[in-house]
Amino acid sequence: MSEKILEVNNLKTHFFINKGVVKAVDGVSFSINKGETLGIVGESGSGKSVTSSSVMRLIPTPPGKIVDGEILFKGENILNKSMDEFRKIRGNEIAMIFQEPMTSLNPVYTIGDQIAEAIQLHQGLDKKEALKKAVGMLEKVGIPAPEDRVHEHPHQLSGGMRQRVMIAMALSCNPELLIADEPTTALDVTIQAQILELMRELRDEFNTAIMLITHDLGVIAEVADKVAVMYGGRVVEQTDVKTLFKNPKHPYTAGLINSIPTLEGDSGRLEPIEGNVPDPFSFPEGCKFANRCPFATDECMTKEPQLEKAEKGHDVRCHRWENLDLKK
Amino acid sequence: MSSVNTEIEENINLPEAKVESPWKDAWRRLKKNKMAMIGLVIMVAVVIVAVFAPFIAPHDPFYSPVMEDGRTELSLIGPTWNYPFGTDRLGRDLFSRVVYGTRISLMVGIITQMIALSIGIPLGALAGYYGGWVDEIISYLINVFLAFPFILFAIAIMSVFQDPGIDKVFIALGIISWPGLARIVRGQVMALKEEEYIEAAKSLGANDARIIFLHVIPNCLAPIIVTVTLGVAGAILAEAGLSFLGLGAQPPTPSWGLMLSTGRAYLRSNPYMMWFPGLAIMITILGLNLFGDGLRDVLDPKMKD
Repeated sequence: MSEKILEVNNLKTHFFINKGVVKAVDGVSFSINKGETLGIVGESGSGKSVTSSSVMRLIPTPPGKIVDGEILFKGENILNKSMDEFRKIRGNEIAMIFQEPMTSLNPVYTIGDQIAEAIQLHQGLDKKEALKKAVGMLEKVGIPAPEDRVHEHPHQLSGGMRQRVMIAMALSCNPELLIADEPTTALDVTIQAQILELMRELRDEFNTAIMLITHDLGVIAEVADKVAVMYGGRVVEQTDVKTLFKNPKHPYTAGLINSIPTLEGDSGRLEPIEGNVPDPFSFPEGCKFANRCPFATDECMTKEPQLEKAEKGHDVRCHRWENLDLKK
Repeated sequence: MSSVNTEIEENINLPEAKVESPWKDAWRRLKKNKMAMIGLVIMVAVVIVAVFAPFIAPHDPFYSPVMEDGRTELSLIGPTWNYPFGTDRLGRDLFSRVVYGTRISLMVGIITQMIALSIGIPLGALAGYYGGWVDEIISYLINVFLAFPFILFAIAIMSVFQDPGIDKVFIALGIISWPGLARIVRGQVMALKEEEYIEAAKSLGANDARIIFLHVIPNCLAPIIVTVTLGVAGAILAEAGLSFLGLGAQPPTPSWGLMLSTGRAYLRSNPYMMWFPGLAIMITILGLNLFGDGLRDVLDPKMKD
């Protein structure tokens, strides 16, 4: 059994706003081992980004608050650390890349300055050495002519290049955990493939654990080892990536998989999941997915299912998983 | 990875040629703005006059032949070749005094704005960044300061000092000028702190002070520069006003406002005594305002063509 880098237990992040309490993340648990990639999938509003922000402690407070649970990074609960202590970990041992490469770089600094900042903050190098290291990082992420690029400003780079810079920034201190919040969503498909390839290569080289947030099952299939499917602030199914695609047990997962276009499909129509994620102020009492679920029974409407172990390493939150055959 | 590199190399060369830094772009558009360029020329001329005052002024601005040698024939002569702006009652050369007055006015403008910057930026940034009660207290203070009419407030502060003088003018005008700046910085910081690159900086482990001063404030320099340019004009006018009222610079300081005040007694007999300091004030303010307006047009992202 390899070493656990990150373990999240029963995390609850709620937002207290005028209209009431939004339980964006409500009892989420998962773990990531060294060098492993965990994909977190879900629709907009399923709580996946809030989960990643919670791990980085970037939840705007107020209105957000982590009300319960623990986040163990290398066995230590980071929620118990002071902000000053945590800042030494943030950017150094846990790093993050963001969804929007176009707006995630500060327009007034050169990209070299920005990569060097992280290095200077955590490794105590002087500016000159940090810049030299920044050039090395740019080269690693596949930016041509890094000695020249390092002096350029973000607006001089394309979206794909900027995301490479973000990755260089995040990896500049050799973090043990990389959180990637929809790293490819804003990029077009060819660049997306390059970025995913790059992440895979860097993971193999540095043995970094990756927490990959996405709504794109295609991305998951390409890079993830394990997958947690989130819905309504909870994990509804959790297993390794092969099992998930071959043998999904939760109707929501099956719905997600069915709504991916395939080349062999003969029907010519996609099968979307009807409806939307329910209003967070009025989550249904029972299973949160019940109102959209084709297999829902009366029990589903009134009683919330627990996360059960279906097989070894395969958890599912559904009353009826034993009776359903969702295999394709 | 090499295959990835070659693919991307083709993508990146395209936009490069057209792109220039935002400051260069602003300068290019500023050059097209005729009024702003007139303002810039006036400002450069004013600065040159101030810096090289000893070489430009033909006479000592403080030397009074009436008081020192008793040569009364040199007092109150109209503009001549030797005394282009004429002389005052004490026989001092008004041209030299107007030239040296440039220094006083620029000093007032720059020092008061520096005071305003050093109070306004930190307070505005704190209010905008932290929000909540910090913002409430600072915003309340800003509103209280802005509630007073500018020149009346200046008079009130100057009257507190036992002996008015140009150094007290710096302090008084500095105290009055910061709230406007603080309010602009507050608004900018509020908007900018939601930017993703600020979150990215946080995720790199930067602390609040670093984020505010190295990441947020450099991004709101444009409106700060505009406000300060127009603020310099405001301060120069206010100093002239205070000195005219006798609450600012004291004789024999060659302040334009003070010269207007002394000239007032001779308005009928020797009107030139008020023409030239008045013109100097007008031209300087015109230059600053033209340039400031041009800058605003160029730097305001919403006004881009």
